[in-house]
Amino acid sequence: MHPAPSVIIFTTLSGLGFGLLAFLGLGLPDVSGWVAFVFFAIAFGLAVGGLLAATFHLGRPERAWKAFRQWRTSWLSREGCAAVAALLVMGLYAIGVIFLDQRWSVLGWLGAALSLGTVFTTSMIYAQLKTIPRWNMNLTPAMFLSFSLAGGALLAGQSASAIVLLLIAGAVQLAYWKQGDAALANSGTDIGTATGLGSRGTVRAFEPPHTGSNYLLREFVHVVGRKHAAKLRMLALGFGFVLPLALLLVPMHDVVFKHLLALIAVIAHLIGIATSRWLFFAQAEHVVGLYYGKR
Amino acid sequence: MTFQQPQIDTSPHVSDEVRKTTCYMCACRCGINVHMKSGKVAYIEGNRDHPVNKGVLCAKGSAGIMQVNAPSRLRAPLKRVGPRGSGEFQEISWDEALEIATGWLKPIRESDPSKLAFFTGRDQSQSFTSFWAQNFGTPNYAAHGGFCSVNMAAAGIYTMGGAFWEFGQPDWDHTKLFILFGVAEDHDSNPIKMGIGKIKARGARVVGVNPIRSGYNAVADDWYGITPGTDGLLILSLIHVLMKAGKIDLDYLARYTNAPCLVIENPGGEDHGLLLRDADGKVLVIDRATGEPAPFDRPGVRPDLTGTHVQNGKTCHTVMYKTVNRYLSEEYTPEAVADRCGIPAPRIRALAAEIARVAFDEAFEIDQEWTDFRGETHKVMKGRPVSFHSMRGVSAHANGFQTCRALHLLQILLGTVEVPGGFRFKPPYPKPVEAHPKPHCKVTPGAPLDGPHLGFVRGPEDLALKPDGSPARIDKAFTWENPMSSHGLMHMVISNAHAGDPYKIDTLFMYMANMSWNSTMNTRGVIDMLTDKDESGEYVIPRIIYSDAYSSEMVAYADLILPDTTYLERHDCISLLDRPICEADAAADAIRWPVIEPDRDVRGFQTVLVQLANKLKLPGFTDENGAAKYADYADYIVNHQRKPGIGPLAGFRGAAGDKAGRGEVNPDQLNRYIENGGFFVEHVPEAAQYYKPWNAAYQDWAVGMGLYDSPQPYLFQLYSEPMRRFQLAAEGHGERQPPDHLRDRISQRLDPLPIWYETDQQGNEGFTVNALTQRPMAMYHSWGTQNAWLRQLHGRNPLYVPTKIMREQGMKDGDWARLTSPHGEIVVPVMEMAALNENTVWTWNAIGKRKGAWALEPDAPEATKGFLLNHLIHELLPPKGDGLRWANSDPVTGQAAWFDLKVKIEKVAGPEERAESQPEFPALKSPVGTGPKELTWRVGK
Amino acid sequence: MTSLPKTTDRKLGLVIDLDTCVGCHACVISCKGWNTENYGAPLSDQNPYGADPSGTFLNRVHSYEVQPPVGHAQLIHFPKSCLHCEDAPCVTVCPTGASYKRSEDGIVLVNESDCIGCGLCAWSCPYGARELDLAEGVMKKCTLCVDRIYNENLPEVDRVPSCVRTCPAGARHFGDLGDPDSAVSHLVAERGGMDLMPEMGTKPVNKYLPPRPKDRIEDQIDILAPLLAPVAEEPKGFIAWLDKALEKL
Repeated sequence: MHPAPSVIIFTTLSGLGFGLLAFLGLGLPDVSGWVAFVFFAIAFGLAVGGLLAATFHLGRPERAWKAFRQWRTSWLSREGCAAVAALLVMGLYAIGVIFLDQRWSVLGWLGAALSLGTVFTTSMIYAQLKTIPRWNMNLTPAMFLSFSLAGGALLAGQSASAIVLLLIAGAVQLAYWKQGDAALANSGTDIGTATGLGSRGTVRAFEPPHTGSNYLLREFVHVVGRKHAAKLRMLALGFGFVLPLALLLVPMHDVVFKHLLALIAVIAHLIGIATSRWLFFAQAEHVVGLYYGKR
Repeated sequence: MTFQQPQIDTSPHVSDEVRKTTCYMCACRCGINVHMKSGKVAYIEGNRDHPVNKGVLCAKGSAGIMQVNAPSRLRAPLKRVGPRGSGEFQEISWDEALEIATGWLKPIRESDPSKLAFFTGRDQSQSFTSFWAQNFGTPNYAAHGGFCSVNMAAAGIYTMGGAFWEFGQPDWDHTKLFILFGVAEDHDSNPIKMGIGKIKARGARVVGVNPIRSGYNAVADDWYGITPGTDGLLILSLIHVLMKAGKIDLDYLARYTNAPCLVIENPGGEDHGLLLRDADGKVLVIDRATGEPAPFDRPGVRPDLTGTHVQNGKTCHTVMYKTVNRYLSEEYTPEAVADRCGIPAPRIRALAAEIARVAFDEAFEIDQEWTDFRGETHKVMKGRPVSFHSMRGVSAHANGFQTCRALHLLQILLGTVEVPGGFRFKPPYPKPVEAHPKPHCKVTPGAPLDGPHLGFVRGPEDLALKPDGSPARIDKAFTWENPMSSHGLMHMVISNAHAGDPYKIDTLFMYMANMSWNSTMNTRGVIDMLTDKDESGEYVIPRIIYSDAYSSEMVAYADLILPDTTYLERHDCISLLDRPICEADAAADAIRWPVIEPDRDVRGFQTVLVQLANKLKLPGFTDENGAAKYADYADYIVNHQRKPGIGPLAGFRGAAGDKAGRGEVNPDQLNRYIENGGFFVEHVPEAAQYYKPWNAAYQDWAVGMGLYDSPQPYLFQLYSEPMRRFQLAAEGHGERQPPDHLRDRISQRLDPLPIWYETDQQGNEGFTVNALTQRPMAMYHSWGTQNAWLRQLHGRNPLYVPTKIMREQGMKDGDWARLTSPHGEIVVPVMEMAALNENTVWTWNAIGKRKGAWALEPDAPEATKGFLLNHLIHELLPPKGDGLRWANSDPVTGQAAWFDLKVKIEKVAGPEERAESQPEFPALKSPVGTGPKELTWRVGK
Repeated sequence: MTSLPKTTDRKLGLVIDLDTCVGCHACVISCKGWNTENYGAPLSDQNPYGADPSGTFLNRVHSYEVQPPVGHAQLIHFPKSCLHCEDAPCVTVCPTGASYKRSEDGIVLVNESDCIGCGLCAWSCPYGARELDLAEGVMKKCTLCVDRIYNENLPEVDRVPSCVRTCPAGARHFGDLGDPDSAVSHLVAERGGMDLMPEMGTKPVNKYLPPRPKDRIEDQIDILAPLLAPVAEEPKGFIAWLDKALEKL
């Protein structure tokens, strides 16, 4: 799949943002006033910024509002609805926390659930696609949710939870890669089933239909950069999980220094998650590539 | 949830008007419906009523809209202002352009008309352009047949009065076995596809004999991946096996061929090998009823295939006797030919057996009475449902003429020509050699040539030689080097003109021939010849006039450009005098008419020729007072008469428009064609559908239509007497004698019975891989890259390399290889192909483009990755021991031997993503700029 | 609308004969021509005369080489457009309802005025049947020429998709695959029509007729007798045979 920057930015930032919102909804950390304002600003900034970035992916962004209509069947529509609901609920909740010094807990729990629900719907947009075996796995929502929670914990300064969640997220990441690498082969789909010619012998794509490129090849067949995948995986794992974990585990009593380390941990995590997301797209093989003898 | 869905308009407005014309962007000549919206072309589809395509249309035809809007269209006449090849031009008016051309041509015509060489490449109006050239008086005229498929056409005419394609077609509705020999994708586009579709729908067998298994050969049920150039050997082996098993149609051979004719045996004599004739010149056969010689066409004669006759002490055996003796020889057993053909002997036998089975075990009858030329009435028409088709893959070799003859011999031995289920002629064919003109070359200053340029020689007396024995034509057609060159040798014109051999010319005038690029051998050399100057600083070829609709590579090498229209902006006639649209069961012709008007200052080339003729006051175009007879081409189409009552169009003749074939001029003729969908059809009567060369009903119908002046029944020529006459000359008989260095070649190659020989391999040592080209179906019969839709299909061409060579060279798709021939080298990208003869490489022809041509941007893949094999092919073979360089052509017809190319292939190391194919040429300056960055083409609201 | 109709009255679709398709691309260009001028936005082309020409096409012809365990490699041309699946994933993923399957004939269409160009339908399609038009920003796909097949401005005989009308080899057939008595259903039954990627569960309406077995001539013909039994071994004997055979005529 084409690793479009808009979609990588969207899933990375909004995942983090909704993760932070989930923690804030649970009252972790228990802040109010200006401090709460800063936390909510960061959370909304990431979530809304991510959503806005996603609209750059659209051919007709001015019609984006039409996307709320088909929540009965469409995970993308559900994501839109969930995101708006989460933002509205958490907005109300934030007003209470920041300006009225009121913690409407039920609203907070609802907001937290909606935030994680949004991340889940996002993940299901990908996980539902049988056409992309590497995404069509239970580990896809597990990965999105665990990343969101770990990132949220990190941003929310919940060191203890963050350590556990980062460990879980890192493990999910490793499991996702392992299972994902075999997904296409295990899917049962190959050039033989794609063409229906498999029973006649070994099928090989000969001339492509057009010598030029096309939308399908640009969107679904991304071969450039895949050869660096192993290095990038190390990078994603190192920045996304190992480094933040190490920084969290450094015994540090100086508050300023501790915050600085936390900031570095967040930035490292962000880089790691963005790298992981890039790989999530770039390594994903759409079965349509089989028609072109590519993957 | 209840299901709701949008309401859509399922009956939208399709078009304001449908204008029906002829596509003719290739030689298929399909009828098209041009849907117009707001006066513009909105959509093009096939015309269901049209006899050729019956509604279907190929990719190129459907993409016509992109042909008409192409940014590479020339806009106005151009005068060269920079050096040749620079592409620097100035736009001028038509008045000035015609004035310049007349200024060059008039003095030539008055002093020596042969100083004009007028060659029209993919010209589709040859009866008109040749008429113009004849009236100008130059002997130097031909179209592109010489470098296309003259072997196929000439061998067909000489053997049976017609060949494949425009001459005839398989009986698609009855054939049960269809065998293709050397038919590339770039051939006879829609009719072949439709025919294969019909055969496939019946589940009948298609066999493809071709080194490359693509296109038609890909859908063939059985593929014979033959070694290029050995088809003739395979065919002669099939003949051997079939003959030995007695699977030949003796009745057919006795009645309709010259198999029973008597060959004079008089070794050393001047009549040795000629056919025995009576006092009237009629060939004689032995009548089985009397045992005595009789004229072949005498009513009641039963020709004897095994007869002998002694006359004046000379024994005469039949052609059949000679045929049997030749082809039963052990040299033609499948085992003897298998290695050379690259096909195992059992597979050859299997094909022969299948042919025998279908031809004889599946023979059938059509309940239709008919009467033959001897007056005998037959109750039924007997069918032998085996049919063949063949074209360039067989034709474009230096043994192509004899190979084509061999294939016709096979068909005739089986008795499958002009019978149900076999091969059928399309009017105006069948037409024997005797019904065709001979070549003419007598030049008189200020006067027309003494007759048509091209024709069919009957013997040495018909060669186009000057009194001193030197070639009369610039292309040396109809000379001892290639005596039966019925279509001329366009591929030799520029090199001969440059060399001044046989003489110098003044003006080269060309139409639709991309001679500085893909239409020539030795592209680099030809570019140099076109730009070469003599000691005085003048160009060696002093003047070049060129007409084309698009900014092709050739434009830059001309001094004066006459911009043509696109195909929808012009009049044309697809005439029975030329290459009509007939089917086996109908005579038909068609027109093109301007369904849109040009938006540029361009004129149809034929109209420009009429205007030039009027300025030059050419006799055929002006009356005694010098007044113009025709204003333009449309005027000519309607009012010109070749013979009284016979003009370019056969339909709607006579004042009332109710006469077909013969009839006086009808001023309203073009409108009647337009009303009828752009074409005219006259069906062949039921009793005349088959056995046409011998069928009295057909002969009478053809005379009525003006196809013949009188009935012309004839015998198929297993044994070719004209060829024997050239052999006799080579043996020292007759007044016209070949030069000594050609005697052996003529003796060997002009054998009157089909032979196979290895083509000249001198200089090919170490070059062991065959290299071929074909044109993709979507771009058939054109070389343009002006079409935005089609160039997305084929924007670059890899060299397809068989798996074995890929492995030997350690290559993978996308690697680059150096391809070398004795003449040159190119560096090109490769791609593996398994369904390919293991010693053959190939590529798409004419995808490679010169930078700056066709209004493409300079980094277009056609110009960077695309390439031509032409750089590897020379018009001459490597030097021989005697210092002579022989033409890379068939020694019989002069057909360009494109497919004799042998190469060496080696992987080149280098940057992974190499930038460009080699050789690279500097960019041409485009006279029309480049095209837009985006197309959203819609003419309707 | 993004829900699929439970059933459709008819199942209109194409049957594509891989035994007959010669790979000429006529269907590709005819489709491009009709759909550039008709349904929805024109099919645009980017860099049409430049280095990387690329445009929207609703139908493309692939080609595959098949190497059987024994015998020559085969080349198979393979046209591919929307298969108008019964369980069309492209419809249910659409967030706006722009993609829908018609209840009367099963044709899958995009209502372009509702399309936001998110591309998800193309992602969900295993066959590469949908292409986002770069000029218009909306998803384009085969409409089965819904603006031809019912079009009262066309003669009845022309009320077929443009690809079917133009196919020179007759390798494309159009009809109701839901009707077991239709000509296309008969073809599918007789020739073993197949689904592409059946494991995807999309239940394509369009079917492909597999190529017939190839290169079997040697298995089917006995090359020894009696077809090719020699009538004589030598030319002399052959002439004698000829003479006798002529007597019988």
